[in-house]
Amino acid sequence: MNTAAGLKDRLHYKETFNCVQCGYCLPVCPTYETMKSEVHSPRGRINLVKMLAEDKIKAEDLREPIEKCLGCRACETACPTSVQYGKILEGAKEVLENAEQKSRTQKISESLIFDQIFPSKRWMNTIGNLSWFYQKSGMQKMAQRTGITQFAPLHLGKFETVLPNLPSPWSRQNRASVFEASGSRKVTVGFITGCVMDAIFYETNRNTIDLLTKAGADVLIPQNQTCCGALHAHAGKIKDAKSLAKRNIEAFEKEKVDFIVNNAGGCGATLLEYGELFKGDEEWETRAKNFSSKIRDISQVLTELDSLSFTKEVNGMITFQPSCHMINVQKVKEEPISLLKQVKSRGYREMKDKERCCGSAGIYNIVNYDDSMEILDSKMKNAKNTNASIIVTSNPGCLLQMKLGIQREGLEKSVRAVHLVDLLVEAGAVSKSLFY
Amino acid sequence: MELLMEEISRIIPSGQIFTSLADRYSYSYDASFGSYLPEMVIQVKNKEEISSLLKLANTFNIPVYPRGQGTSLSGGPLPVNGGIVLDMSQWNGDLNIYPDDLVAVVSPGVLTATINEEAEKFGLMYPPDPSSAHVSTIGGNLAENSGGPRGLKYGVTKDYVIGLEVVTPEGEIIKTGGKTIKNVTGYDLTKLIVGSEGTLGIITEATLKLVPKPPATKTMMAVFDDLVQSGKAISKILTSGILPAKMEIMDQFSIIAVENYQPLGLPIDAEAILLIELDGHPLAIEEEMRKIEEIFTEFESVRVKIAKDQDEAKSYWRARKLVSPAIVKIKPTKVSEDATVPRSKIPDMFQKLKEIREKYDVHLVVFGHAGDGNLHPNIICDKRDTEEMIRVEKAVEEIFKAAVELGGTLSGEHGIGTLKAPFMEMELGAAGLDMMKRIKQIWDPNNILNPGKIFPEEGQKLVLRE
Repeated sequence: MNTAAGLKDRLHYKETFNCVQCGYCLPVCPTYETMKSEVHSPRGRINLVKMLAEDKIKAEDLREPIEKCLGCRACETACPTSVQYGKILEGAKEVLENAEQKSRTQKISESLIFDQIFPSKRWMNTIGNLSWFYQKSGMQKMAQRTGITQFAPLHLGKFETVLPNLPSPWSRQNRASVFEASGSRKVTVGFITGCVMDAIFYETNRNTIDLLTKAGADVLIPQNQTCCGALHAHAGKIKDAKSLAKRNIEAFEKEKVDFIVNNAGGCGATLLEYGELFKGDEEWETRAKNFSSKIRDISQVLTELDSLSFTKEVNGMITFQPSCHMINVQKVKEEPISLLKQVKSRGYREMKDKERCCGSAGIYNIVNYDDSMEILDSKMKNAKNTNASIIVTSNPGCLLQMKLGIQREGLEKSVRAVHLVDLLVEAGAVSKSLFY
Repeated sequence: MELLMEEISRIIPSGQIFTSLADRYSYSYDASFGSYLPEMVIQVKNKEEISSLLKLANTFNIPVYPRGQGTSLSGGPLPVNGGIVLDMSQWNGDLNIYPDDLVAVVSPGVLTATINEEAEKFGLMYPPDPSSAHVSTIGGNLAENSGGPRGLKYGVTKDYVIGLEVVTPEGEIIKTGGKTIKNVTGYDLTKLIVGSEGTLGIITEATLKLVPKPPATKTMMAVFDDLVQSGKAISKILTSGILPAKMEIMDQFSIIAVENYQPLGLPIDAEAILLIELDGHPLAIEEEMRKIEEIFTEFESVRVKIAKDQDEAKSYWRARKLVSPAIVKIKPTKVSEDATVPRSKIPDMFQKLKEIREKYDVHLVVFGHAGDGNLHPNIICDKRDTEEMIRVEKAVEEIFKAAVELGGTLSGEHGIGTLKAPFMEMELGAAGLDMMKRIKQIWDPNNILNPGKIFPEEGQKLVLRE
């Protein structure tokens, strides 16, 4: 294969022709709204990818527009001709990733993040444990008081203050890998614990299992599962993403389950697209498609089983900030809201433009901090207008970002952000069968 | 160029000037055909900036192309001779409704749909509804005189403009019309500017007429086994004393494409589907709908469904909305035309289109605004296939000829731009076109404003290949 044709393939040049440049993606693109120029719109980016494939521009001309993309894929939902923007974006990222002359330190730190930390359960547990130690030992308070975290590189300090309280290492290790349904079993599900969810939002995972078993599901947790590879794929590290995907597919193939459940919108989307990841790979494409066909968000399974009642009143008005990949890729829109409406509260109020990305977007808010905060600020304006005191999300990144938004607005006393699953447990979820 | 750059940076804040290759390529296209690289892109946000810039461009002889959000289907904003693209889309902050005067005053970058949304808060409506209204700017709509489905009952953009503020190609700021419905003071320059495709001036403010929002709507779907019958039904309804707000048609090829794309249970053996929307007082449209149903009983082989509620109405319109995504699944390139014929000639036009489809062996799909004769013949093709594109070019040429021969026009709502320029003389005659050219020369003696549009170059032909 000559290199020009190879480049066209990797950039999904053919797919760019499906864009008729109608511009229907412009009004839904968060970066077009805040950055106010066509290079930061989906239509602009697709055109630039095409221009690179035709050798009219250089890879470096494409870098900024691609790096500033959130990858929320709201454009795919708006697109009247079903252009697969996600595919074009990941292709461009891969090409840019390979074109880049990286410094030695950058290579080492990236390899640490992508190759070591995200796929490793031990590492993730350690992060969780360290965070727990950090919070409980009083170091957090001291650091916050002295303002040390503000000077941390990449604004990590800002995120550190919004981390949830973590369970002790003792309860973390104690989890068995099968949880039986309370009452009669309706389905058997596998649970993807997710690396970030499991490390930092361990409590949410425990609540997920709790809800599933109460709703009548046997829950299996294969121990060999690993990171879904979303961050790798979004960063253009397709090879790494594939090897992680293979491990997950193998881990769940061994179990007999009706569904494979996850509680993180971003991971769910990636798991659902494993088939696409292995396109053309005869053996793995079929296995991946089988795997993906079982992927469900927790809200889908709870809605389908319809076996929970909510017994406790939650104090406050609720609004919902959906995860982009949950609505634009998984196409799960109504289920979380219908669950929230079952909760006894002061009511559910919809946020204007709720489908718009909050600016979290994987590690976007860390690497493009200022751009992300501009997007967050416009999101918070809409959140405030609902007068809700509980902002519910369905993805760990969004949850941290909303917590950060609440802090930026100085609303910590009156508003809180919470994962859907945690709110459902707080609302006193019990099996309906106990009543009937 | 360097000297010019220095002058420009004196009048425009640096954050509004884009010169990188990526930026320039990002304003090189619209939703039609062709890509032309401008030297720079400038975002403007007030009339003084535009006035100074045009004076400069006029002195240095630099072409300037106003652009909204680039949704044009005729090449309106394409920088065909290089120069400066003026991005007007970020000048979107001014939208004031004066409910007692029933007018809206807007800046050029405001989205068309936003005007209607704001008007609705006062129980009013801005009727023009191009399908891209949620993306397109009012400036672009004014320049192209855009229409939409509601054109049948309410007319098009030009019917709602009563006043403009315009910067001329020589940099003068003028006002045309005013805030009153009646106004016969001097020539009607407002109507001249609207639809002039950005060749006579840059619109910096518009005063738009609003109408009371009809309290209710009702939707009907009629399925015809015979296309000619559907044409007759359209005429019959329009002469019965009822004026629907919308009357859209889908031909058999559109129906099949939609069913293949997303099965909605449409009858694929039917030759046409008509969608009719009535608006007005709930009791009145109830009565009108009954009357239309009665009219349909005179026709054979037609099945009629009336939507019980808004949800059902939405599901009917969904079929029409899905035509565009459905047809590009067949092949990626969509050549979307808007040749328009007198309403009575709709059946003849359908016959002509059928002949053209067979003669050039092209994938021709027809849908659109049947009630006002504004059909959208769309040819689905692949622009990488040169042999096919040559056939498409010939077919398009023949569609134009057919429309003009039937007493119609090249363009009902998309504009002439670059694509239809070669056919102008066919419709207007040499003298008619020359009068237009003379107007352009008086307004823009150095031909700096949106050159290459409307008027054909010597020997210019339609080219859809890249």
